[in-house]
Amino acid sequence: MSCRCNNRVDPLVPEVAVIKNIRVDTNDVTTFTVEKPEGRKCFESMPGQCAMISVPPIGEALFSITSSPTEKNFMEFSIKRCGAVTEYLHGLEVGAEIGIRGPYGNNFPVEDELKGKDLLFIGGGIGLAPLRSVINYVMDNRDNYGQVDIVYGARTSGDLVHTKDIFENWPSRPNTNVHLTVDREEEGWDGHVGFVPSYIKELGFDTNKVALICGPPIMIKFVLQGLEEIGFKKEQVYTTLELKMKCGVGKCGRCNIGDKYVCKDGPVFRCDEIQELPDEY
Amino acid sequence: MKKVAKNKFSQLWNSINKDYELFLPIEKDGKVNFSLWKDEDKINLDAIKTNVSPKNIIFPQSETYLKFKTDGKKLSLENVGGKKEEYVLFGVRPCDAVSFNLIDNVFLREPIDRFYEERRNKGTVVSMACLEPEETCFCSSFGIEPETAPKGVDVFTWDIGQTILWEAQTEKGNILTEKLGDIFEEVTEQDINELEKLKHSIKDKVSSLPLSDVDPKKIDGDLKDIFESEVWDEISKSCLGCGSCTYVCPTCHCYDIQDFDGGKCGERFRCWDSCMFSDFTRMAHGNPRTSQKERFRQRFMHKLVYYPNNHQVYACVGCGRCIEKCPVNMNIVKVIKKLGGEK
Repeated sequence: MSCRCNNRVDPLVPEVAVIKNIRVDTNDVTTFTVEKPEGRKCFESMPGQCAMISVPPIGEALFSITSSPTEKNFMEFSIKRCGAVTEYLHGLEVGAEIGIRGPYGNNFPVEDELKGKDLLFIGGGIGLAPLRSVINYVMDNRDNYGQVDIVYGARTSGDLVHTKDIFENWPSRPNTNVHLTVDREEEGWDGHVGFVPSYIKELGFDTNKVALICGPPIMIKFVLQGLEEIGFKKEQVYTTLELKMKCGVGKCGRCNIGDKYVCKDGPVFRCDEIQELPDEY
Repeated sequence: MKKVAKNKFSQLWNSINKDYELFLPIEKDGKVNFSLWKDEDKINLDAIKTNVSPKNIIFPQSETYLKFKTDGKKLSLENVGGKKEEYVLFGVRPCDAVSFNLIDNVFLREPIDRFYEERRNKGTVVSMACLEPEETCFCSSFGIEPETAPKGVDVFTWDIGQTILWEAQTEKGNILTEKLGDIFEEVTEQDINELEKLKHSIKDKVSSLPLSDVDPKKIDGDLKDIFESEVWDEISKSCLGCGSCTYVCPTCHCYDIQDFDGGKCGERFRCWDSCMFSDFTRMAHGNPRTSQKERFRQRFMHKLVYYPNNHQVYACVGCGRCIEKCPVNMNIVKVIKKLGGEK
């Protein structure tokens, strides 16, 4: 999907947006609700697309939009504290103004290949953030999709994000199962213990579905191997790539990998497309 | 076609300067570079390769495009990018003129880079044939003929001794020509004969240049096979990662975006960057290119494989600046030859 930027304004120029709500999810992840200063959503997007968030004079960084486009009035971003921009964002209060531009990148094919299919979402840690936009889109258009399985893992139960969704909202929906796991045994956790890739194998899914994966690169790598072992074809699996980005519009050259620009041609790739790329992700 | 006598150059510059900013190859401290002309400047129209390419006129090395102010929780943003003045860029060599088209392919595709677009639209490019191509020139490897006007230039000129021949190529070129009016004389049959001789002479010189046999088409095969070629280990070994090649290169267009912190107010600018630098791809969670070999490979894969896949043309124009500037004598010609199978 191409950028819907205003025709005459340069795509690098952000607009002012305001933080309407802040929810601390874990000790390093916070979810920000963002809208225009006068209210309403900053721009329309599709599930999986990203936005460039600006906090002058620290800089800009690209984040996946965590909320579904079916959310009419605002956008949400679940942001892990891990660098200069995110550190600064975590220090902001409700009412603080930031810069925003987008939407950037392609999206998960919710209106094409995913329609009518059984879906298997596989997330690790903050990797649930982009998947959540797809899951909520599917939930809001429930009749258009088949069975939904969500496998989500984190280091500890305290690192699980969007707890209201994973414990309450999603499991209560028809034909929807949520399978949670944490890396190690811990007091008070009576759910599954183990890494996501091995949990996938234990759950033993049938292969008549489309898988969407997002998480740390090492998890993605082993999940892909696991899915292939149980019979998934590369054409049935979607994931996202993450490379350093600055412009967000396929020009500054940073996220170039092979003949693709992750910010423009990605971040969503089907795994047979990834196979064509040099191993630099 | 028209002509203008060289003894009228001073008048020419002043006439252009009435309606336009004028950028010319200016010699300063022994180096020739394109810069804004002032009356006392020493113009050098004979230098084939300016020290750095004229890329900085259409894509400035550093460009402030946003001013911001913070006041408590309030943030105000002001768009200050782009170029407002019409300008003439005079004396661009055909290779450098072609490089503009290559950058256009990236910056003018959707979503259009409006700052760049404005700078391109405001500019009238006057290009010059290369009378004396140099040993490090290999533009013919990329189909460039330095005796004829490449696509995209607004005016093309030929130096035939006491005069230069002037031929407008586009509407912008016609407008400039019209504005200059009386300064031109009509060409004679003798001038046309001179021009034909000159074109032949340039052609001959180009075909006998030492690098005229460089052929990027010899690099063929699958993208991943070229990427994984063992050649990269050997040819990247000497690279210091200094980035000189990327800064003098007319086609390199990678950039960085940075904020200048001035307390409650500040500026956002973009500036040239280099894929040869170690932090170019560094992220909070790691770096996909940790070795100089990987960064070196990225630069040449981009010019010779990735860019051509996307735009059906190589991202090199054979200007040869990288050959002259690399401190360890590595350059794209050696890369093309090695990847093309030469031992």
